[in-house]
Amino acid sequence: MAIKRKAEGINASSSADIAFLLLIFWLTTTTMNSDKGLQRRLPPMPDENQQQEDVKVNRRNIIQVKINSNDRIIAGGQIMEISEIKDKIVEFVTNPMNLETLPEKEMKEIEGFGQYAVSKGVVSLQNDRGTSYNAYLQVQNELVKAFNEIRDDFAVKNYGKKYNALDEDKQKIIREAIPQSISEAEPKDIGKRR
Amino acid sequence: MAKFNRGGKKEVPPLATTSLPDIVFMLLFFFMATTQLREETALVTVKLPQASEIAKLERKDLASYINIGSPVLSKQAEYGTDARIQLNDSFKTTDDIRDFVAAERENLSEADRTFMTVVIKADENVRMGIITDVKQELRRCSALKIMYAASQASK
Repeated sequence: MAIKRKAEGINASSSADIAFLLLIFWLTTTTMNSDKGLQRRLPPMPDENQQQEDVKVNRRNIIQVKINSNDRIIAGGQIMEISEIKDKIVEFVTNPMNLETLPEKEMKEIEGFGQYAVSKGVVSLQNDRGTSYNAYLQVQNELVKAFNEIRDDFAVKNYGKKYNALDEDKQKIIREAIPQSISEAEPKDIGKRR
Repeated sequence: MAKFNRGGKKEVPPLATTSLPDIVFMLLFFFMATTQLREETALVTVKLPQASEIAKLERKDLASYINIGSPVLSKQAEYGTDARIQLNDSFKTTDDIRDFVAAERENLSEADRTFMTVVIKADENVRMGIITDVKQELRRCSALKIMYAASQASK
C-alpha cells in the first residue's frame, strides 16, 4: 500500500529574500553612531570646608585664552584669530629660545627616558556665559592640536615616528614629558565685568 | 577556433544561488552585532560642532549621555526654543544631573565606576552658560571624565 516517496527538499529559494528583508530592516532601524569627541578631565571641586589656598603660579607660566560673548578670542593679551592660536600655544609651551617671559622648565626624571626639561606652562581657558559652544569647542580643538603637534615633534625627534604610531610605553613617556596642561578655570562672566 | 565551438549552441548555466541566503544572513549578523538599537528618542535637536583632533571613545559601555539643544519642533509649543537639557527620555534641569549621575554610576560595576565618562552632546549654537552649569554640577558630583562630542571636520 504505502508508496515510498522520496522526501522533497524544502524550497529555499525565497529564504534569500527573507534574509534581505531582515537585513534592510536592521539597516534602517539602527544607527552606526561611533562616539567621537574631545576628552577632558574636569578639575575636582574644591572642598568647601577646606580653606582654598591659592596655588601660586608664576605669571610667566600661565597663558590666558579668553573667549567673549561675541566669540572674539584673546590669547596672552593679544586679540587673535582662531588660526593663530595654535602657533601661539606651541611657542608658549616649548619656549624654544628659553625667554624670560615664557614658561620655566623643570628637569624631571622620566622613567624609561631619562632627564627631560618639562615645561611648566599652563593654558588657562576662560569663556563667557554667552560664548557659543561652537567657538568654545573650536578653541579647545586648537589647543589639543597645539599639544599634539608638540608631542609629534618630540616623538619624531626621539623615536623617529609620530606619536600615534608609537607603542603604549613610549606614548606614556611622551605624555609625561609633555603634559596636556589645559586648565578650565572657574567660570567667570568676563563679558559682564567690563 | 572551430575546435572550441564544436558543441554548437551552449546555454550559460544558471547562477548557483543556494549560498546566497547564507551570505545575506552573515551580513545581517554582522550588522546586528556592530550596531545598537536607538535607545532614546531625541527630544532636542543636536547638530554637533566639527573638530579635527577628535578621539574615539574607547569604552562605550561606560558612557552616559547628556544632550543639550533646543527642543524638537513637536515639543516647541510646550517648551519653547531655548536650549534645554535632556537626560534619558525627558527634559531635565541642572539639579537633576546629580541624580542622573548617581543612577548611571549605580549601573556600572564597582571597578568601572572611576572610568565613567559623561559625554556632552551639545548643539553648536548653544551658549556656554548652560554648559558651564552642567560642568559645575558634574564637578560637584565628581564625574570628572567628560567628553565633548564632536563630528570629524572635513579637511
